[in-house]
Amino acid sequence: MAIESRDQTKVGPVRRFAPPLAAVLGLAVIGIGVSILADRNAATNLLAFIYEALGNTQGALDLRNGVGDQLLAKLLLGVVAVFVGVAGIWMLYVGASAIVGLLSPKWQGRILPWVFVVPAIALLTFFLIYPTIGTIITSFTVQTNGDPLAHFKALTSPAYLDLLRNNVTWLIVGTGGSVLLGLLIAGLVDRVRREALAKTFIFLPLAISFIGASVIWRFMYEWKPEAQTQIGLVNAVWTGLGGEPVRWIQEQPINTFALILIFVWLQTGFAMVVLSAAIKGVSVEVIEAARLDGASERQLFLRIIVPIIKGSIITVATTIAIVVLKIFDIIYVMTGGRNGTDVLANRMFVEFYEFFNDGRAAALATLLFIAVLPVMFINVRNLRRQGIGS
Amino acid sequence: MTAPARTVERRRSFAAWRPALLRSAPLRIAVVAICALWSVPTIGLLITSVRNPTDITTSGWWEALLNPFKDGQWTLGNYQAVIASEGFITAFINSLVVTIPSTVIPITIAAFAAYAFAWINFPMRGLLFAVVVGLLVVPLQMAFIPVLRLFGQVGLNGTFLGIWLAHTAFGLPLAIFLLYNFISQLPRDLFESAAIDGASHFQVFIRLVLPLSVPAIGAFAIFQFLWVWNDLLVALIFLGTGAEQRVLPSALNVLIGNRGGQWHLLTAGAFLTMVVPLAVFLLLQRAFVRGILAGSVK
Repeated sequence: MAIESRDQTKVGPVRRFAPPLAAVLGLAVIGIGVSILADRNAATNLLAFIYEALGNTQGALDLRNGVGDQLLAKLLLGVVAVFVGVAGIWMLYVGASAIVGLLSPKWQGRILPWVFVVPAIALLTFFLIYPTIGTIITSFTVQTNGDPLAHFKALTSPAYLDLLRNNVTWLIVGTGGSVLLGLLIAGLVDRVRREALAKTFIFLPLAISFIGASVIWRFMYEWKPEAQTQIGLVNAVWTGLGGEPVRWIQEQPINTFALILIFVWLQTGFAMVVLSAAIKGVSVEVIEAARLDGASERQLFLRIIVPIIKGSIITVATTIAIVVLKIFDIIYVMTGGRNGTDVLANRMFVEFYEFFNDGRAAALATLLFIAVLPVMFINVRNLRRQGIGS
Repeated sequence: MTAPARTVERRRSFAAWRPALLRSAPLRIAVVAICALWSVPTIGLLITSVRNPTDITTSGWWEALLNPFKDGQWTLGNYQAVIASEGFITAFINSLVVTIPSTVIPITIAAFAAYAFAWINFPMRGLLFAVVVGLLVVPLQMAFIPVLRLFGQVGLNGTFLGIWLAHTAFGLPLAIFLLYNFISQLPRDLFESAAIDGASHFQVFIRLVLPLSVPAIGAFAIFQFLWVWNDLLVALIFLGTGAEQRVLPSALNVLIGNRGGQWHLLTAGAFLTMVVPLAVFLLLQRAFVRGILAGSVK
């Protein structure tokens, strides 16, 4: 798999000393950059410093007092960040690999790969691996009143069981709804002209954030007393059909489904695009043969196409299920978890951020982690099957 | 795990074998109806955001479409109001300042790692790559508590540096995975002839791998850009809710809390948060689809 480097040409003094210099410079750029940036007031400090150097003391003073060119300061900070993040990191890689290049070929081969992977591994260790272990430990040790299992026992109380039930509802209806609608629409648009245009309409919501979509649907679900004009489309249609106006996001249990609909609206486009690609992969011969045998269009779709693209359907369902499991924004923004709509990720945030109950929050996070473990194992196993992870 | 994005773009005409019956009206009507249904919520938001505040609360937005020439019903005042008083300019700048470095920085780090995983033999390579793939689906909720504690000790809470680092690290598993998939598929001959010419791994990476990987890098960049731009949770955790630090989703969240019933402000604010991703979508639709498909394992 690997290829041997044969870089054994002689290097002159300049090329000999340039690499270590680049490495030191890279470290310096990153070091200085980080020391400037690691401050809440980094932006204003930076621009104020420049203003002072330019003799604009008034401008610098304004900035430090929280007025003046605050936005310019922020943009400058962003530019510095991109510069430090890109130039600094590149110099580091260039310098480090060049230093390694000075070693004997044998040692080069041993060390160079680590130069390439260590920055990534370090970041992953610091931000994901260590915290995962830390969170699990926290869930057994913090605010437990002496019983390591206290938080997990608490999760079996009725309040939390409601929450789990909501997550299951989300998982089934949210995932099922997106996948089935996506499949249906993929099957339909496959048979019309201007397929790409039709898909654009369904796909567009994917560009919209959960919170943006929440505002859109808050307005759709807007409720007014019966005597007033309904300005929310859903209630306008509903009352137009003779119903009484419904508080879609307050009334249980309809509210959970109203929230799930927002998610389905966002994610159907994703399912549709993937499944549409899969449908196009079904061979024309198979379809023609089925037609010759007298299969109706519905039979063709359900008995021939769907079984063939089963793999893609499972992939899409898994992907969406993982997103559903961690659903936070919609609940947080629409109901704050009230009226029986709470879910794991929202409660985790509330326990952590508002109640400062780290132990309980960690237990909730751990529960989410356990729920994705099967997917994790399957992914890694597939990798090994392809002969990569061995 | 990811869908074969290439096939999305492949057009195959079914016209040759498709019976004429199938092109019939009911099917087309159904498709048009579905498209309309999917667009109505967004259109409603957009129209409401340019109606005058009294009209919004007294009549449905669809009525504005019925008599579009009624005097004084269209206005940009809602946008002016939301920009002037609700800090949306600051939030917009903050969103840019958070998103761009968070998109750019992971690319270099991931590309080097992906190349090493794909084409250099080293001990524990398989194990480390399996760890990266395993991390793809780890909920970010697992990271918040310990990372925030550490950030608190080194004074990174509420700083842009903190959130750049967090987003960079959270984006890395996906970036490495995507780039690995792409880089490992490059033809072996390429690397062998480069090695015969005496090129070092570093030179091969710079001169061959990076230029060839532009499509994969682009797909990741678009996904990461959207993800970071639209993110509320990570921003709440690492930047907090202070007015100076708010990104667009946080600003919209505060607006919903403070002005829940004032639809003229809410709709305009919501549209301001959506305008950049929608522009990316409309301008770069193909790359956008690739990015979404590629990134959807997250």
